[in-house]
Amino acid sequence: MIAEFGLACLWLAASLAALQLVAASLGQRAGGETLASVVRPAAVVQALLCGVAFLMLLWVFARTDLSVLLVAENSHSEKPMIYKIAGAWGNHEGSMLLWVTIMALAGGLIALIEHRLPERTMLATLGAQAFVGLGFYAFLLFASNPFARISPAPAEGNGLNPLLQDIGLAMHPPTLYMGYVGLSIAFSFAVGALLTRNVTPDFAKVMRPWILGAWIFLTLGITAGSYWAYYELGWGGWWFWDPVENASLMPWLAATALLHSASVLASRDALRTWTIMLGVIAFSMSMIGTFLVRSGILTSVHAFAVDPTRGTFILALLAINIGGALVLFAARANTIAEGERFAPLSREGALVINNVALSAVLGIVLLGTLYPLVTEAFGVRVSVGPPYFNPVSAAFVFPMLLVLAVGPLLRWRRDRFARVKPAVIAIAAAGLVVLLAMWLIAGLALFPLLGVSLAAVVAVAAFLPLQGRSLKRLPLPVWGMAIAHFGVAVALFGMSVDTAFTVEKLSAAGVGDMVEVGPWQVRLTAVEPVAGPNWTALEGRLSASYKGGAGHMLAPQSRTFWAPPQTTSESALLTRWNGQLYTVVGGATQDGRWQLRLWWKPFVTFIWFGGLLIGLGGLLALIGRVSVDVRRRVATRRIAARRAETAR
Amino acid sequence: MKWLFALLVIALAAPAAAQDSLPPAPYAYRQLDDPRLEAKAQALMETLRCLTCQSQSIADSDASMAGDMRSEIRTRIAAGESPGHIRRWLIGRYGDYISYEPRVTRVTWPLFAIPAALLLLGLLIVRRRLGERA
Repeated sequence: MIAEFGLACLWLAASLAALQLVAASLGQRAGGETLASVVRPAAVVQALLCGVAFLMLLWVFARTDLSVLLVAENSHSEKPMIYKIAGAWGNHEGSMLLWVTIMALAGGLIALIEHRLPERTMLATLGAQAFVGLGFYAFLLFASNPFARISPAPAEGNGLNPLLQDIGLAMHPPTLYMGYVGLSIAFSFAVGALLTRNVTPDFAKVMRPWILGAWIFLTLGITAGSYWAYYELGWGGWWFWDPVENASLMPWLAATALLHSASVLASRDALRTWTIMLGVIAFSMSMIGTFLVRSGILTSVHAFAVDPTRGTFILALLAINIGGALVLFAARANTIAEGERFAPLSREGALVINNVALSAVLGIVLLGTLYPLVTEAFGVRVSVGPPYFNPVSAAFVFPMLLVLAVGPLLRWRRDRFARVKPAVIAIAAAGLVVLLAMWLIAGLALFPLLGVSLAAVVAVAAFLPLQGRSLKRLPLPVWGMAIAHFGVAVALFGMSVDTAFTVEKLSAAGVGDMVEVGPWQVRLTAVEPVAGPNWTALEGRLSASYKGGAGHMLAPQSRTFWAPPQTTSESALLTRWNGQLYTVVGGATQDGRWQLRLWWKPFVTFIWFGGLLIGLGGLLALIGRVSVDVRRRVATRRIAARRAETAR
Repeated sequence: MKWLFALLVIALAAPAAAQDSLPPAPYAYRQLDDPRLEAKAQALMETLRCLTCQSQSIADSDASMAGDMRSEIRTRIAAGESPGHIRRWLIGRYGDYISYEPRVTRVTWPLFAIPAALLLLGLLIVRRRLGERA
């Protein structure tokens, strides 16, 4: 009954989305006020119903109800509860339901709280949200029903992919989906603004918290995904330019550009068309990412679906949504007035350059990801990987970082170079000192060398805008900007140093043997069999000492899962402030020794600390924006109350 | 008939089982003693696709085929062969798919032309937005 109840809720939610779309379209006409008044409640109830449907799915997974096909295919009764629950979205149907649920909840929330824009624009926005939502409801109900039954119910389920049985990965899809789907709100606002020809600073202010929120989740999702790949895959790599990674990077690049563009529109009423365009592109990238991952066009851990009908369905949705929005944009773009003007040397000018560079990088990642699929369709298989993406994207990112360093120092509208000259000299000096030191002393290769120097440039520049201002009275968003930019420097430093200074040691060690890797001495003290809830493993016991210091214990495992059968390497990491010791134990060699893989990765953790700092910066900005909005709401309510009192 | 089937299964399974129990190739999990040669081999291995994995290079895969290829590459590097030569040999044997470093060919030229076009387009947009209003 639980599954049927969930399905019923989903159908009801879909019909409310249809109602929302019809009412929003017809409610725009004269005399449509009654219909228009239905739109907001429809969005809220739709969100509730969808939320209930998702809870029902969680419930059948928690109970391991094997008469539900999805549970039988993806779960197993002997699995820790957390992975039973996470299994609900660790598959195609469940993750699409999660997508639709988040989208409905976001739509319900704007219907409930957003009253700053003209009601016409809000109606168009909610209509657009319902239109996009309806497509995904149709996809769920007709091509990916998560509540389908199986009869007779099997005695036991197939289990969850062992690689996915990891707490980091359990939380990874919901985090990324919050980001992907949060951008749908920006998309709907952009469409609503185009339809009603209402592109104003207010529109950017309303849109901005949603972009920020989505962007924070994307940032954290990508950071966590990278760390997961790093420790789970067992070879110490943290970014592979895998199409699935690119699928999450592209919306992030678009959202980053959109975020900056929307801030210009909010505070300066410039870059109107550019903001609308990016709003459309950002969610389009989310949908393209979902298409790549969900259609099964790439066969990888993430690609659960191999059914081509689904791929075609998503492709059709993609074509309708993106195509429709772009046609609308093309038709209306020239009716949007240009907005305020600005000089080339101004903060707006710097942001234009950065937005163009981010868009170009986005184009390159999109090209490199899709191109092999295109050639494959014509029977030629090629691979596009790190040797292509790294230099080509660096060619755009490195100059962009220079602009990032100087941009925040510039004034809006117009500035003089003489005013910022001392700051620019300080930044350049920091960069040059590091460049020369690293080149002469460490003899770095070109890319790590440029990376480390630019990290120094950006790190110094990040805090210069705070100079001479009262730190106590500094608005939170300014803090947010400084911290996020500093995070970029920290991450870049980690990437460059790890690339340049990683030490790798592969060896076969007997019990009692000592292996050296960089400043570490690692002794294999024992190899023991251990058992977990749904796996058995060989566990290596290692004692590692840094430069002859005290020994630290590490216990990497080679795990064998039995449902489904698969072997994984569980790395063991030892973190110091200046890097990580990464250890993996493999199989036995013929002479009774054990494969040991050891890496010393200096400052590698800075990559993810940087990602966290970027997310934290976003969070501070979001708190700043939302608290101002809340204060404004409280004030208007108080004024209204006082007025009502005096009138009485 | 049944015994014939059983025999067939055993006969077919035997090579597969034998393949699984084979020890990994000598240099699959062992580095070259000369750090300069090892670095050369490592740099090459990082740009070659593991054909039996998803989006992993042979430098970071546990697949047995990746291990065999690592061993082959280390052996050839140690014998003094150049990385470029080894890459061409592998492409000849497995096709362009094996190399993560796309070559400029009749099929792949847009991969290089489009970023150049994006650069020009970007400069053009920046010039248009910023140039006129000094």
